[in-house]
Amino acid sequence: MKLFKIRGGVHPDDRKQLAAGQQIENLPMPALLHIPLQQHIGAPASPAVRRGQMVAKGDLLANGQGMISAPVHAPTSGRIMGVGSYPAHHASGLSVPTITLKPDGEDRWADHIQGVADPFALQPEEVASRVAAAGVVGLGGATFPAAVKLNLRKKYRLHTLVINGAECEPYLTCDDRLMRERSADVLDGIRIMAHALGVERIVIGIENNKPEAQAAMAVVASEFPGIRIARLPTRYPMGSEKHLVQTLTGRETPARGLTADIGVVVHNPATAFAVHEALRYGYPLVSRVVTVSGKAISEPRNVRIPLGTRVQDILDYCGGFKVEPDRLISGGPMMGQPLPSTRVPMVKGSNGILALTAEETNVQEAMPCIRCASCVHACPCGLVPLEMAAHIRVGDLEGAVGRGLMDCIGCGSCAYACPSHIPLVQFFNYAKGEMAARGRAKQKQAETKRLAEQRTERMEALKKAKREAMAKRKLEMAAKKKAEAEQQAAAAAAPKVESAPADAKAPAETEA
Amino acid sequence: MSIETPAAQAGPFAHEPVSISRTMGLVMLALLPATAFGLWQFGWPAIYLFAATIASALLFEVVSLRIAGKPVGPFIFDGSALLTGWLLAMTLPPWAPWWIGVVGSFMAIVIAKQVFGGIGQNLFNPAMVARVALLIAFPFEMTSFVEPAPLFSADTPGLLEGLAITFGGQGFDAYSGATVLGHVRTELGQGLSLSGILPGFFAPLSGAIGTVAGSMGETSAILILLGGLFLIFKRIITWHIPLAMLGTIAVLATAMNLYDPEHYTSALYHLVSGATLLGAFFIATDLVTSPVSTRGQLLFGAGCGLLVYAIRTWAGYPEGVAFAVLLMNACTPLIDYYIKPRVYGRDRKGAPIEYADDAEVES
Repeated sequence: MKLFKIRGGVHPDDRKQLAAGQQIENLPMPALLHIPLQQHIGAPASPAVRRGQMVAKGDLLANGQGMISAPVHAPTSGRIMGVGSYPAHHASGLSVPTITLKPDGEDRWADHIQGVADPFALQPEEVASRVAAAGVVGLGGATFPAAVKLNLRKKYRLHTLVINGAECEPYLTCDDRLMRERSADVLDGIRIMAHALGVERIVIGIENNKPEAQAAMAVVASEFPGIRIARLPTRYPMGSEKHLVQTLTGRETPARGLTADIGVVVHNPATAFAVHEALRYGYPLVSRVVTVSGKAISEPRNVRIPLGTRVQDILDYCGGFKVEPDRLISGGPMMGQPLPSTRVPMVKGSNGILALTAEETNVQEAMPCIRCASCVHACPCGLVPLEMAAHIRVGDLEGAVGRGLMDCIGCGSCAYACPSHIPLVQFFNYAKGEMAARGRAKQKQAETKRLAEQRTERMEALKKAKREAMAKRKLEMAAKKKAEAEQQAAAAAAPKVESAPADAKAPAETEA
Repeated sequence: MSIETPAAQAGPFAHEPVSISRTMGLVMLALLPATAFGLWQFGWPAIYLFAATIASALLFEVVSLRIAGKPVGPFIFDGSALLTGWLLAMTLPPWAPWWIGVVGSFMAIVIAKQVFGGIGQNLFNPAMVARVALLIAFPFEMTSFVEPAPLFSADTPGLLEGLAITFGGQGFDAYSGATVLGHVRTELGQGLSLSGILPGFFAPLSGAIGTVAGSMGETSAILILLGGLFLIFKRIITWHIPLAMLGTIAVLATAMNLYDPEHYTSALYHLVSGATLLGAFFIATDLVTSPVSTRGQLLFGAGCGLLVYAIRTWAGYPEGVAFAVLLMNACTPLIDYYIKPRVYGRDRKGAPIEYADDAEVES
């Protein structure tokens, strides 16, 4: 099919050969699972189990709450050891609410787990709600709740479902292996999603460095007329959904918008597989495939792991480190984040564990910018990274925003290509975080001001009411005194008239 | 200048095998053929001047870094001072006295580069600042060219005689010769027409190969062109500035030549003479002092070409590459301010793109 060019991008050594030949294996059940309540973009799930409770595989552990959220399920059967906090799968290493589960070794599915015989007979809303109930999120790494994206049909005119099998990050091969080994299941999930979205046309985009996956998907897709395989040029960041859609349609997604604005919804093959499992078998998302790779890993592998598995358990399964790694990364080397420790648990969005040697990371001291424009040529978003970084360096964050900071997708192509080894993404992340913090501070300030003003108003109103009441009381008192004085005067004037005290009192009382 | 960044937590955790020293090294590699040719063609005095210029450039760099309190190691090995000295030497008359090279290096490294803040901070191309300063301050030394006198051939200055020329102030009238641009300029100024000047003096082939009088490394158009194409192939520079600059010169020269062939020389004459090619591929494309966007680079290159042609044709100097590049360097911040790439998902004005119809996926 006809493809369109995108600007910029880089050609990193993909190093996929390290793990691409390894079949997906199931990790033996670890001794303990730590399941964080926040494994998705949006509101964290709220716990639905208590300490000591026995759960079966697939039982609900925590409910999603709010419009954008996802529930969390038990990855295996066992006993809840605690609902507390545990270090997060995040560079910060901060602790987050986490449920600890001790597997009982039976790995027994709950009785209520039940699939649908014909998902295509379901209403689109029903498909989306089952996907939501299964806790399926975008497994490419963004972890956006999949059901929310399946419901976009209500707001947008959609015509195409694009499956993002680009897997443009170096090293990662989990989508590649899934498409090769479970192509029919992946395709079934894709078709179910298309049904939910109400679109006829499906394009499966796979980069040319995965010919086996392209072939496997082409075979299973050949039965269906509306499905095409797009053979994508191998270039980072082809897997950026906006750039993928541009490659396929020639159209750029409007700034600050969604691909749905141009009628396209993008999902990942692993998400499609999870949708297949959720609809056909009723399995919630409790495991995923992870690529364990890097030159410091003894045996690079693709492993299906229960969610909540500690990184250390996976490393052990892969023979541990061959050499001491320079960096331990979650995700790909371009956009992944360093992990603070090997005890953190795996979450829905973790697609890779990379132990990289110093030779692979190629970290060098930063030198001054020589304005070589490598970053300008590498940027897929038409930005001038060197200028934004120059503004951020001197603290002019607004200046950086004015030069497109918020249009930056953080792909890291600029920093990858920089001959001066300037950590451009670090600059941009800092500025984005700082701008967000300032935005929150500003909002808080405005809110504080509003509340303070309301309080002053209330106090004023109270004071006013008090003053009025006082004035009224004074008036009353004055009237009373006057009445009493009159009464006394009247009494003094007619001390002998005792037969009409009621008449004399009456006016005073009426006045009161 | 040291950059204060915390231990980078953000990615990417992979890096293209590139560095400043690699960039500078590739530029020097690209310069090597033309340089070797120039040194061979102009013999020992040229070799001495080349060495003196580069050595003094490195020395001034070290001294400046020391004074500025910056680490000497990483900055001296980035190769930028070496390259600046090298480029400056290429533009000097090959038999100029040693102090021309030293003063030039001082101008380039101290005045044009370090005073502005060191590598990456200079507004003007250091080698060209030095070249222009020298030309204005020492017009005699800077316009005393010699006919080619290749190494090891008869009646060329030997090792010692070369020393006397470069370091001893010995004259070399017997060898002196005029550059094509200078000669034609003078003759035209005396009211002669081109059909009387050029035959027997200018041949495009010798200009292309470089067996003519001229600056140390500027004479061989072909070798410089090869080096330039190598840089484009290695993606150190892009084609935009060279093509815009050479194209503008060619178009202007052709138009004027058609208008009056007796007084305006042809495009080929302009392209193979003087510093045109060196300027287009190695000087104007200087990363630090040229615009960063491709459209900006096209404008910059075209501006350089226009100025080169105008200075050569109508102004007081026979050659104008250095002036042209410096003038356009001054425009670079302005060009970068106004000409930027279009941001993804936005139109040129910065507003989000709007579509009238739905996107189609073509099969």
